Amino acid sequence: MDWASLAEWTLKSFALIFALLGGFAYLTLFERKLIARFQVRIGPNRAGPFGLLQPVADGIKLIFKEELIPAQADKIIFILAPIITVVPALVIMAVVPFGPPIQLFGRTISLQIIDLNVGVLYIMAIASVSVYGIVLAGWSSNNKYATLGGIRSSAQMISYELALGLAFTGPVLLTSSLSLAEIVEAQRHIWFVLYQPVGAFIFWISTLAEVNRAPFDMPEAEQELTAGYHTEYSGMKFALFFMAEYIKMIAVSAIAVTLFFGGYRGPFVDQVPLLGPIYFLLKVVGFLFLMVWVRATLPRIRYDRLMAFGWKVLFSLALGNAMLTALGVLLADMFQNSLWLWSIPVTTIAFFLLVAYLMRGSIAGGNR
Amino acid sequence: MAENTTQLDVSMLDGFTRLVTEDALQGKTMLLNMGPQHPSTHGVLRLLLELDGEYVVNVIPDIGFLHTGVEKHMEYKTFEKAVVMTDRLDYLNNIGNNLVYCLAVEKLVELDVPPRAQAIRVILTELQRIASHLVWLGTHALDLAAMSVFLYCFREREMILDIMEMCSGQRMMTSYFRPGGLWRDVPVEFEDAVRQFLRIFPARIDEYESLLTKNPLFIERTKHIGVLKAEDAIRWGVTGPSLRASGVAHDLRKVQPYSGYEQYDFDIPTHTDGDTYARYLVRIEEMRQSLRIIQQALDKLPYGPTRSNNRKFVPPPRSELATSMEAVIHHFKLFTEGFPAPKGAVYVAVESPRGELGVYLEGDGGPKPYRIHWRTPSFANLQVLKLLAKGHLVADLVALIGTLDIVLGDIDR
Repeated sequence: MDWASLAEWTLKSFALIFALLGGFAYLTLFERKLIARFQVRIGPNRAGPFGLLQPVADGIKLIFKEELIPAQADKIIFILAPIITVVPALVIMAVVPFGPPIQLFGRTISLQIIDLNVGVLYIMAIASVSVYGIVLAGWSSNNKYATLGGIRSSAQMISYELALGLAFTGPVLLTSSLSLAEIVEAQRHIWFVLYQPVGAFIFWISTLAEVNRAPFDMPEAEQELTAGYHTEYSGMKFALFFMAEYIKMIAVSAIAVTLFFGGYRGPFVDQVPLLGPIYFLLKVVGFLFLMVWVRATLPRIRYDRLMAFGWKVLFSLALGNAMLTALGVLLADMFQNSLWLWSIPVTTIAFFLLVAYLMRGSIAGGNR
Repeated sequence: MAENTTQLDVSMLDGFTRLVTEDALQGKTMLLNMGPQHPSTHGVLRLLLELDGEYVVNVIPDIGFLHTGVEKHMEYKTFEKAVVMTDRLDYLNNIGNNLVYCLAVEKLVELDVPPRAQAIRVILTELQRIASHLVWLGTHALDLAAMSVFLYCFREREMILDIMEMCSGQRMMTSYFRPGGLWRDVPVEFEDAVRQFLRIFPARIDEYESLLTKNPLFIERTKHIGVLKAEDAIRWGVTGPSLRASGVAHDLRKVQPYSGYEQYDFDIPTHTDGDTYARYLVRIEEMRQSLRIIQQALDKLPYGPTRSNNRKFVPPPRSELATSMEAVIHHFKLFTEGFPAPKGAVYVAVESPRGELGVYLEGDGGPKPYRIHWRTPSFANLQVLKLLAKGHLVADLVALIGTLDIVLGDIDR
């Protein structure tokens, strides 16, 4: 390993982290502006032109706020919990390619921190860690609302994680690789969402639960648990939770784009590599818009219903989807004809409609 | 830390110790203090919850944080001046409170009300009912985290408050109805403003419904939640939409019409399920029926005086003061001493947005009420919360507080 590649990694990591932190700050403004528009309001417009300095003002306010630690709290865990939550959110983006390799100073620089050959597994592992931060935050606060929030988040996690994992298998089966760079490369001609409409749908719903976004924001359900797991947090520690949530929003959108929507791929990317990051950003912003839209529209689901939904509906859908995808890939392999891959969307959508028919109006079937 | 959470300090439980079960005192179930500062208790309601996991075992409502002594205050004011106190009771139904109090005074002293005043009273009361239901719908949806509905509802409520301001000069604390009629006639812009509201609002109701009525998540959160049987509702004295959603078509506007409600053609929406979803449907339909009433009242709004001519109770207009000695005397007497009411007691009830709103008024021959008591619907309706919430989750409890449509000013008076 020479010093140049070391410098490259360091610079790329810094660039990515700054991009994420800046993205987080402006994502809050994006969300507030957008929700305001959905709700016939104007939104923040006082700090700077069009409210563009609002994130700066928020940051300054949070830094100067007094940080309280409850007397009965478990101090070490209380301080550690926000860090445990925010670090996975930051490092999860390391394997996501956000552009094709570019030539700079005579070096080929891949626009990806590292191309792990088990990138998909890395994402799943890291994504699961941050829930510890939430559970520990809820527990260490020694506050009943916070504890309930923490318990909810662990209950939530076990119910969506399986479906999420199975949704990952679709692109992996189609590419026969766990590396995200290869998954993007395999989508050179066609986005996987066309082969995997149901898989993308399951992935999308599961990621909403993964990042605790509406309608699955039970751990922090403001109307029920005041603020859930971060009830007792203030100042920058609170901001870290906030940061983790929003950075994870960016990260899962980026992963969704990478797995199902062709990543940085788009017209003329091969000729002009710098278009890659731009396409990537546009696609991610599209997903973020969807998340905000969902939040502005839908009521929150009850957490026991989410568990029922996760286990009974989402899990069986994901299992069927994975099986039918494997079948389609097998058929394409057997007959050496990639047209057989088109059997996947047909069969999975049929399966999806069957499940939807069996549910009929009730999200998790029947009532408690 | 484990010791801290399981060992309960009984001395911290104030007067509620005797109300919680043995399990809670031993730490088998969790006691959770919800409110009075909690986003979803619709004001300053405190609930002591006994939870098994997140399942509600017991709910103990604690009221009185908003107690303002309105009833006692009114006994120290003359009949006319006490009107301003009524605004402060149920702050979402100010006009309705004005109405029931004025009706009680009018019944006690046998005062007539001109037909124009009666029609305007009906229009404004129904507008207020819509405004109140809008606040209910918005907050109920917000409790379930459908946050946009809240702002859409407040957008339309703003139109109604503008009409209130146009008439009385105040958005909420109107004091517009006075014994014998209205404070003064409505301004000329009134009719246009109401007609514009009538034009716009039906589509807006459809808009709310498009967001909620068939939304699977909303149905999931409301259907079969907090089922109130008709006999339970009657036993606990529940009135209003909550009673009608349990299948009892009881509406005071039909049962014992007042202010000329018998002239208008409208339906009483009912539902048989008695759950949160049924209460939602009933209230939505009530808004539509209120629009019908307003439309009819506005179409045949008679011309004429808006306040009784009985000078013993109603002050003369300012123009008379310069020319008539008698007017000056009446003016002086009414504003210094007030008018006397005969010995006796009356009870008048109207249908407020929340149910039967009643006033018991007792006169002792003097110019002030001897005793005034309010039968407020929120107080009676809140009592069933315990019945409804048992066995549901904390998340449902929030929906149930919303569906009962309580106003703490109405409960604590």
